[in-house]
Amino acid sequence: MFDTIMLLTMCMLSISIVIALYRVIKGPSIHDRILALDSIGYIVIGIVAVLSIMLDSHAYLETILLIGILAFLSTVALSKYMEGGVVIERKSDD
Amino acid sequence: METIRMIGEISIGILILIGALLSALSAFGLIRLPDVYLRSHAASKSATLGVLCILFGVFLYFMLDLEHVSVKLLLGIVFVFITSPVAGHLNARAAYRSGVPLWKHSNRDDLKIALKKEQEQEQVESEK
Repeated sequence: MFDTIMLLTMCMLSISIVIALYRVIKGPSIHDRILALDSIGYIVIGIVAVLSIMLDSHAYLETILLIGILAFLSTVALSKYMEGGVVIERKSDD
Repeated sequence: METIRMIGEISIGILILIGALLSALSAFGLIRLPDVYLRSHAASKSATLGVLCILFGVFLYFMLDLEHVSVKLLLGIVFVFITSPVAGHLNARAAYRSGVPLWKHSNRDDLKIALKKEQEQEQVESEK
C-alpha cells in the first residue's frame, strides 16, 4: 500500500515536470522560461525526497538542500541579468 | 504500538499525496493561465506548499520508521519556504520592468502610475 502511494506520487511529479517542460519550450517571453525552470527545480527536490523513502536511506538528504540553494541562486542571477544586463556590477571609480 | 505505526503510515501517505497533487496543480497552472504574472502566482505559491508537504512527510517517515531525526531536512524546509517566494518576486519584477504585457482582460495597473512617477523624479534629479 505504502509503496503504491510512493509510486503514484513519483508518476504525478514526473507528469508535472513534463508539463512544466512544455512551458519552458513554448513560453512567449524569457521570464516564463525562468519561472518554469525554477518550478522544475522544486519538483526535482520532491522527487529526491520521495526516492529517499523508496530506497530507505538518508544518504540523499544533502542533495535536497543543495538543489534548493542552486535553484534560488540561478533564478536570482537570471532575473538580475534580465533586468539590468549585468549580474555582478562593477564598482564605479570616481 | 501497531496502531500508532499504522496511523503514522497513513498520515505520511496522505501528506505526500497532497504534496504531489499540489505540485501537479501548479504545473497545470503553468500551462493554463494566460500571462506571466498569473503564471508566477500559480507556480510560486502552490509549488512551494507542495514541496513543503512532501518534505515534511519524508521528515516524519525518517523520524517514525528509521528513528533518525534529520536536521538537514528541517533546514531544507525552512530554506525553500523563505527563498521560493523571493525568487518569484524577483522574476515578476524583472518581467514588469522589461515590459512584458499584462493579460488583455486585466483592467487595473497601479504599478504603472507609481513607476512613471519614480522615473519622472529620477529625471528631475538628473537634470539638477
